[in-house]
Amino acid sequence: MPTKIEKDTVSGQDTTGHEWDGVKELNTPLPTWWVYTFYATIVFAVVYCALYPSWPWLTGHTQGLLGYSSRAELSVELQAQTRARAKFVDKIRATSLANIRKDPELFNFALAGGRSAFQTNCLQCHGAGGAGSTGFPNLVDDDWIWGGNIEQIYATIEYGIRNTDDKSRQSLMPRFGVDGLLTGTQVAAVTDYVLSLSGRAKATPEGAKVWQEQCVACHKADGTGNQELGAPNLADSIWLYGGDRDSIYRTIFYARNGSMPAWGTRLDDATMKMLAIYVHSLGGGR
Amino acid sequence: MDARLRDEDAVSLRARKAELPLYLTRIKVYPRAIKGLWRRVKWAVLVLLLGLYYVVPWLRWDRGPDAPNQAILIDLDGRRGWFFDVVIWPQEIYFVTGFLILGAFGLFFATALFGRVWCGFACPQTVWTDLFMLVERLIEGDRNDRMRLDRQPMSINKAIRKSLKHAAWLAIAAATGGAWVFYYVDAPSTLVKIFRGDASLEIYVFIGLLTATTYTLAGWAREQVCTYMCPWPRFQAAMLDEQSVIVTYQKWRGELRGKHKAGASWHGRGDCIDCNLCVAVCPTGIDIRDGQQIECIGCGLCIDACNQTMGKVDRPPNLILWDTLANQQAKESGAGGAAWQPVRPRTLLYAALLLVVGAVMLGAFWLRTDTELAVQRDRSPNFVRLSNGDVRNSYAVKILNKSRDEQHLQLAVDGLPGATLGFVGTDIQGGAAGTRLTVHPDSVGTFRIFLTVPAGTAPSGSKPIEFTAADVTGRKRAAHDAVFVGPAR
Repeated sequence: MPTKIEKDTVSGQDTTGHEWDGVKELNTPLPTWWVYTFYATIVFAVVYCALYPSWPWLTGHTQGLLGYSSRAELSVELQAQTRARAKFVDKIRATSLANIRKDPELFNFALAGGRSAFQTNCLQCHGAGGAGSTGFPNLVDDDWIWGGNIEQIYATIEYGIRNTDDKSRQSLMPRFGVDGLLTGTQVAAVTDYVLSLSGRAKATPEGAKVWQEQCVACHKADGTGNQELGAPNLADSIWLYGGDRDSIYRTIFYARNGSMPAWGTRLDDATMKMLAIYVHSLGGGR
Repeated sequence: MDARLRDEDAVSLRARKAELPLYLTRIKVYPRAIKGLWRRVKWAVLVLLLGLYYVVPWLRWDRGPDAPNQAILIDLDGRRGWFFDVVIWPQEIYFVTGFLILGAFGLFFATALFGRVWCGFACPQTVWTDLFMLVERLIEGDRNDRMRLDRQPMSINKAIRKSLKHAAWLAIAAATGGAWVFYYVDAPSTLVKIFRGDASLEIYVFIGLLTATTYTLAGWAREQVCTYMCPWPRFQAAMLDEQSVIVTYQKWRGELRGKHKAGASWHGRGDCIDCNLCVAVCPTGIDIRDGQQIECIGCGLCIDACNQTMGKVDRPPNLILWDTLANQQAKESGAGGAAWQPVRPRTLLYAALLLVVGAVMLGAFWLRTDTELAVQRDRSPNFVRLSNGDVRNSYAVKILNKSRDEQHLQLAVDGLPGATLGFVGTDIQGGAAGTRLTVHPDSVGTFRIFLTVPAGTAPSGSKPIEFTAADVTGRKRAAHDAVFVGPAR
């Protein structure tokens, strides 16, 4: 306990009464405003702890008298967003794809909404700009495996490709090499024939024979493919799984059957319509 | 406090005498009313500036339907600045930057020539403080009455006068805050809304904020703003030199000062009769006879005060006057005087900078068009190879139509022979050859543009190109640089 509080002659201030080896300390209290601000923060903390979730215990935490939760706050904001969009979303639901494209306001909303949905659901495979990568089709170019008009794009999104949905787009390319339908030499010959369609190799009679027997049914005699069957065009310069000789050989030997989910089971109609309009506008739409 | 101090002593003197090292409670200044030339100039400037400030938002300007009819309106909601027939878009904010630079150099220029004329006559702090002092004087009386009133214990008279004064101050402050808001929203309709209570929260907040600052700064803080808060007095010394015309006490003529009895001789003494009127009228409470000080705002009221006294004692006027340090030094040394040199390297430099910035702004203003083109190339993917081997780039094209009419524009690309243009958008008419893009009045048209080049002629890597937009008569209205990227070969 301080014992000898005395007045310092130089400063006129009281000392604290402590003394260490003859050194005394001036009593300079905290400014009043500071002290009261500090008390105010203590009061604030107590009130806050009572009103808001604050103290953790083993399995949870105190709820607070106001019943506040940030999750509830977020859901209110999300609902407000949904309500704000409802006017346009309802209109998109009720309007045909062709008519949406004629209405500037709806079209711009659909483009923005489609872009947003694309970034959430599609970009993982098709890339941020829709350029795809090996095995995942490029949506920006003018080559379509299952058709590039807006209704066909919508159908592809809704039902997907080679999945378990009843209406899924289905087709299966045989595993010519693995299942022994063709020998390695035959596969090599027909690979040359496929390359010859885009003028990059010389076709052999054996290749032409295999092509006629095995490939024409789906890919057509001139190799331009069939969108009804999802048989790609082999005569152009776009190759989903690579267009070099090695890649084409592997495609014929092992077959390639990529799949896409049926988004109709996950997304609502308006979102898929907006997605179709966005994808169609990327550059390849017919 | 020193016993020798008198009521009429300068605040600066009293502060020195108090000898408190770090902190000094404000010594209240009670400026006395004065009549004279510079007081009249100050009233004229005050009426002009306050008149402009309060009246300008109410000026109307017919711009036809779908546009505000307020002559000067900074429409934050609509993101437009309306100045009579000029419409400023957000991306033209550099005009504001230009005006700020002009303002800064104008301030330097005026200070190099005439000292702190801005502080003394035109600064909002000075103008509103003057107005508040006028109100104070009308309600509480002049200097001596106010000092007596403040010394009195509280009485009914004091309470009435004080509350009347603060009510008047708050009313002026509220009008000031209101007028500020009217520059950003439609004035007449907002005024009605404010009184009906259904204006937006932001409007009430800003009126409240500016009411509080006006009331505090002009009513209570006054010269403390200039002395302690404002950075300008701290570095204006760098703008002043011995050729700047500033408020000056002619020490060589005034000293030795002393009381003077009517009829006594003026020989062997100065003209200053130590009446202290120059101190009593000073809005910052200093004594100009101590020389140039940081507190002096250069308002010239001490000149009026001294001339009144000189007139009474029948001595020549202008013992305190606007003059240069060089001239004063010449006179003091008996050399007669030194002609004022307004043309100096520093003033030439400021004038040149003013001219250059002004010319650049005028040029920019003249060259601004009502159509602007902005082109952004898609980089994901960098380019697309089409099934027949052609190479395509896509661009987001925005066309700004700043006019009040719908525009029909034709987009073309220079520097890429054999390229074909493709469009995605709703406001498009005509075939690919003569496609016209429609941009609505006062808005931005957004289009997605595809540029396709045949396989053989596609550039290797990046190639600079230019987008141009022409109107129906073929006149070029806007252009924007871009690049076309092809596969590296």
